[in-house]
Order: sequence, then C-alpha cells, then structure tokens
Amino acid sequence: MKERTEKGAGEPQRETHRSECGEQPQGSCGLNRRGFLGVMGAVSGTALLASTAPVHAYKKFEGWPDRYGMLSDLTACVGCRSCERACNEANGLPKPEKSFEDGSVFSKLRRTDEKTYTVVNRYENPKDPEMPIYRKVQCMHCNEPACATACPIHAYSKTPEGAVTYDPDKCFGCRYCMVACPFGIPTYDYESAFQPRIYKCVLCYDRLKVGQIPACAQACPMEAITFGKRSDLLRLAHERILEHPDRYIDHVYGEKEAGGTSWLYLSSVPFGELGFPTNLPDRPLVEETKGFLSSVPVVFAVWPALFGMIYASVQHRDALQTELKEQQEKEEERQ
Amino acid sequence: MNHHETAVKTDNFRTWFMDKLLMGMDWSDYMRQLITPFNIIAAIILSIGLPLIAIRFIYGLASVTHASQDYPWGIFLGWGLFGGVPLSATGFVLATAYYIFGFKKYKPLVRLAVLTGFLGYLFAVIYLLCDLGRPWRIYYPMIIGFGTASVLFLVAWHVATYLTVQFLEFSPAILEWLQSKRVRKWALSITIAMTIAGIILSTLHQSALGAMFLLAPGKVHPLWYSSYMPALFLCSSVYAALTMVIVVSTLAARFLKKAADQKFLSSLNPLTLGLGKGASLTMYVYFVLKLISVAHDDNWSLLATPYGQWYLLEIIGFVLLPAMILSLGVKADRVGIVRLGAFAGVLGIVVNRINTSMVALNWNLPGHLHHIIPPWQEVAIVLAIATIHILVFRWILMRMPVIREAPEYTDH
Repeated sequence: MKERTEKGAGEPQRETHRSECGEQPQGSCGLNRRGFLGVMGAVSGTALLASTAPVHAYKKFEGWPDRYGMLSDLTACVGCRSCERACNEANGLPKPEKSFEDGSVFSKLRRTDEKTYTVVNRYENPKDPEMPIYRKVQCMHCNEPACATACPIHAYSKTPEGAVTYDPDKCFGCRYCMVACPFGIPTYDYESAFQPRIYKCVLCYDRLKVGQIPACAQACPMEAITFGKRSDLLRLAHERILEHPDRYIDHVYGEKEAGGTSWLYLSSVPFGELGFPTNLPDRPLVEETKGFLSSVPVVFAVWPALFGMIYASVQHRDALQTELKEQQEKEEERQ
Repeated sequence: MNHHETAVKTDNFRTWFMDKLLMGMDWSDYMRQLITPFNIIAAIILSIGLPLIAIRFIYGLASVTHASQDYPWGIFLGWGLFGGVPLSATGFVLATAYYIFGFKKYKPLVRLAVLTGFLGYLFAVIYLLCDLGRPWRIYYPMIIGFGTASVLFLVAWHVATYLTVQFLEFSPAILEWLQSKRVRKWALSITIAMTIAGIILSTLHQSALGAMFLLAPGKVHPLWYSSYMPALFLCSSVYAALTMVIVVSTLAARFLKKAADQKFLSSLNPLTLGLGKGASLTMYVYFVLKLISVAHDDNWSLLATPYGQWYLLEIIGFVLLPAMILSLGVKADRVGIVRLGAFAGVLGIVVNRINTSMVALNWNLPGHLHHIIPPWQEVAIVLAIATIHILVFRWILMRMPVIREAPEYTDH
C-alpha cells in the first residue's frame, strides 16, 4: 500500500516536472500547459510526500484513536442518583417532579426523555435479593452511531473525543435517529410546535473540551463510573474480570455491541436480565444498510442502458413491421 | 385606444379561465351541483380534521398524536408514507409498460396511473410535513447537510426528484386542458427520458423504504426483519401499482363516468384482466420471496408464536388469497372477481407496511400493541388528508383529459 502511494501518486509526476524544466533556469517554464501541469504535479507530489499519513483510495477508519469512554461498574453502584442530579445541573435541565433523594422512583423502570439525559433503574439481583442491582442508562456513544447513520442531514457527529453530539440547527425532526438507535436514547420534545429538537446525553462535550470530565462521573461517590480513554478502560475492565471472576460475568457490555460503544459496563449478572439489548450484531449498524446503498451506482449505470435498449428494440421491431406491411401493400398493388 | 384593447384581452382571459375552472357553469350552477351526499360527508370530515391540523401546527405533535420517546412514528408515516408510496408506484409501472415495453393497449390507463402516482407522492409528502417536527426545513437534506450514509437521505432526494418527474410526466394533460400546444410538444418530447428516470428513482426509493428498517435489527421482529426487505418492498410495490390501477380505474368509471370517454370505459374490462394477471404473478413471486426470507434466517420456529400467526395471516390472507382470487377471475374471465382481488391486494399492501413500520417495530417493548393504537385526533387528521386527496383527484379528473382524450390531442 505504501509503495503504491509513493509511486502511484507522487513520483511519476515529479519526474515529468524534472524532464520539462530540468535544464532550464527556474521559472522559465511557467506558462506552457505541460509545464503548468508539471508544477502542479510537483506541488501535489511534495504535499503527498510531506504528509506522514499514507493516502489511499480506500479509507480505513477504525474510530478516533484516543476517544474517551466511561466504564460503569454495576456491582459498585448503590443507586444514590448523584449522577442524575449532576447531569441535571450540568446540562441546565428542568428540575424533576420527585427529588433526586426520592427512592420511590425505583418502583418502575424509567427511561430518558427530553428533560432527563440519564436515569438509574433498579433490578432484582437473582444472586442476592438483599442487594438490588442499579443500572445507569444514558447515550452509549457508539463507535459508529446508528443515529448518525440514520440522519439525512448530518446533524449528529462522533467527535474525536468520543462524544456523539447533535446540532439542532440542522435537524428537521424526522426522528429516524430514534428509530435507529438500538438503545432508545434520542428523545424528542413533542410539546414544542416551533422549536422541537432531539435531547440526549452528549458526554458533557463542553466540559470535555475544557479538560473536565463528564458531570456524572465526577459526581459518583462510589467510583462506579470511571472516565478515561476507551482503550484503557477496556483493559481495566478485563483486568477486573480476571481479578474477580466470582464478582463479574466474563462480558464487557459495549466492547462489541453494535460495533462497540464508548460506554462500557461490568456486571455480576447477564446483561439481558438488566434490560440491555442482547440481540444486537457485533458489527456497526451502518453495515446493515451498506449493501443496499452500494446498489445505487449500479442502478444508475445499468437501468438507463437496459431500459433504453428495450425501448429501442421495441421501436425497431415496430419500424420493421411497418416496413413489412408497406412492402406487402406495394406488392399487392402491383399484382 | 391601447388601454381599451388590454382591458378586453384581460377580460377574455378571465372569462376563459373561469370557464375552465367552473367547467362552463356559472357560479350559482356550480355551487348547486356541489351539494351531493359525498361532498357533505367530505365537508364533515374536513370540518373536524382541518382544525386538528391547525392544532398540530400551533401546539405541536403532542397535542394530536401519541408520539412518544419509544414510538417516534405513527400512522402519519405508517399509512401516509410507507403505505402511500408503494400504492403510488402506478405511474412508474404503467408508464414503463406502455412507453418502454410497448404495451400499447394500455394507453387509456396510462394518464390515470401517472396522475395516481403524482398525487400519491404529493400527499405522501403532505403526511410527512404533518409528521416532521420542523416541516419548514424539509429542503435541508438538499442544501444544509448531506447524510450520504443515510437511506432516508436517498429517499428524500428521490421522492423530491420523482415528484418533479411525475409532474412533468403529467404536464401534457394540464397543457392540453390549458390548450398550450407549443409547451405540450416540449413536454411530450421528454417522455422517454422521464420514464427511464422514473424507473431508476422508483426501483431505488421503493426498495429504500424497506432498507430504512435494516438499521434497526434489534427492534424489528425477526420475521419481518430480513436482508430481503429492500427486494420485498420493491416487488410488492409493483403489484401494489397494478392492483391500485384496477381500484382507481374501477372507482373512476363508477363515480366519475361523465369525465370518461367511451374509449376508456369500453377498454376497461379487458385491460383489468391483463392487469390482474400481471398482479397475481407478481404476488406469487412476492409470496415465495417472503417464504425464502423466513428460510434464509431460519425463522420457521417463530411462525408458531402469536407474531408468527399474524405473519402467516399477512402473507396468506393478504397476499396469497388475493393472488388466488385474481387468478380465478382471470381464468374465469370474470372482471368483477379480478376487481375484488385487486381491492384485497391493495389492502394487503397497507397491512404489510403498517405491520413493518408499526406492529413489528418495537415488538419487544412491554405493552407494545397498546402503544401503537393511534388517538382519534391522529385518525381524523389522516381521514382529512385522504379526503382532500380524493377531492383534488376528482377536481383534476373532471377538468383535464385523463380518462378521456382531448379530440385534438391523441398522439401521446
């Protein structure tokens, strides 16, 4: 691949340049066309050689290398809802009806909405009924987010920091992102007639940019949420499983689900029992529609030729028949 | 002097134009003939639905729909877009058959099919405008941001382009009505190009509507979720078109006889048999594709579940049975039976699209079937838009040469 880049794009054009103006004083070949092309070749060749990254026609992208993530250890969470409060304050969201100290919210499973970017739900612990399991729900910040794939206007971005952000100025409110998200995270403000928009966790992107960590991770008193580079967190998660095989099941949720997510979870019970979707493919969801979209250029190229030829052949047949008929009529006249 | 001449010309134009709009009647006659049982029912539906549409735009979607965080889409899209678009494949299918493949006998139905398609897309967009959070940004995928990895991006571009293509395809009828010979000639000259553009756009966006659901493998019931979805949506749109042309032509001949000429009325029975034959063959292919999609994912065991029984009812009761009714009618040369099969086929398309976009989507959420029942306001809005659709359709059929030929223009 490397060889192809150097030879394919850079070298031959540089050589052309040299042969054109090599023996002349510099600048004298500026105005004829081939000379101009040569200069252009030299410029682009130099630019290519100067950049350290190899340039390929095929772009391979395995995600932003230093993207951040969060590791949520469900065995450590005690359901204090400090993260909910911190999220609410950091994002300037309206105060909830029931206070963050009110444990009665656990009586039913809640979900995120346009006023709540994260919720903690309580699940029965099949191993120890005395110790319920609490699960924090928020945007998973997928490596290749389905919401971003779904959006026809590119309102979503996966930033190099790992956050999946949303730009309300681009959104026209089709809500396909809500259909596409495997975790049911984007929420809509149906009450608003004139400025409805999507609301969801953006990994406190504004805080990330100024070197702070997401509010929920900072607020957690139990260190149930760890912030860090996703690659480090993955290593940490597997180390914990290795150290405490009795405490954790051998599965880091978010490592592979839907192509991997920036949020990772450790749990003592299978994730299906805690309401996590367990029917997701390991590859990013964008892969499911890639095959279809790759048929588009084929249709654009083949259909006009195919149907144009069919049209032409039908016309041709008609013309032949008319000709034949005319000939027959002429012969009949002669007879 | 000059001033006087202009005044006369303007006056003539106005008389001529009002004559066109009122179909040669004066205002009082025109208003009087509007009072019919159908129009009274339409007026009642609109008097309920139009204020509800106003409420939706003043107070937001929450005021008239049950749209929620788990259920972002309802019947505006399930019926209006996912159901409406395949039933509007009429223009693409009949224009291809007539202009490209040379099925010249179908000429009396081509314009009706193109009009059905054009209005179908127009109203699919109107349902979409009702559903979009900020409908005034509908052009955003064309200018503001390009989500090229999105199947919906393709749908948006194609539906917009195809709406224009279909308008151009139908424009000769409008120009004949307005007696604009020169522009009509130009409009006719692009027919073949527009028809081929229609094939490209239609094959892609009909299948794209199915591909949209490929993005939600965790949410769509595995019996409906299949890599075959784009092919299934495309295949069913073809028979949707054929059965829809039978339905629309039957209704037009029955209720708008005065707008039709003898050529249209007398050709209807043999053409209906031909369309019925094509539709039934396509439906058998579709039925087999549906079975192969189950086999492909090895989902046979799911057929024994309640959702499986609903799936079987869909493909047997709403696909195989209508196909057999159509075959029976064609074999026995009984147009009435073919029409019955066509109505059932159209119903089957709506059942499939509502199943895919509403029943199968989110099937694993608790209380799912309870959540997809729309509130009465949403139904009333859909009824109002459907009523306007029928009124516009009738308005055009009564005025423009669609199911009759304008005597001076027969060369299209």
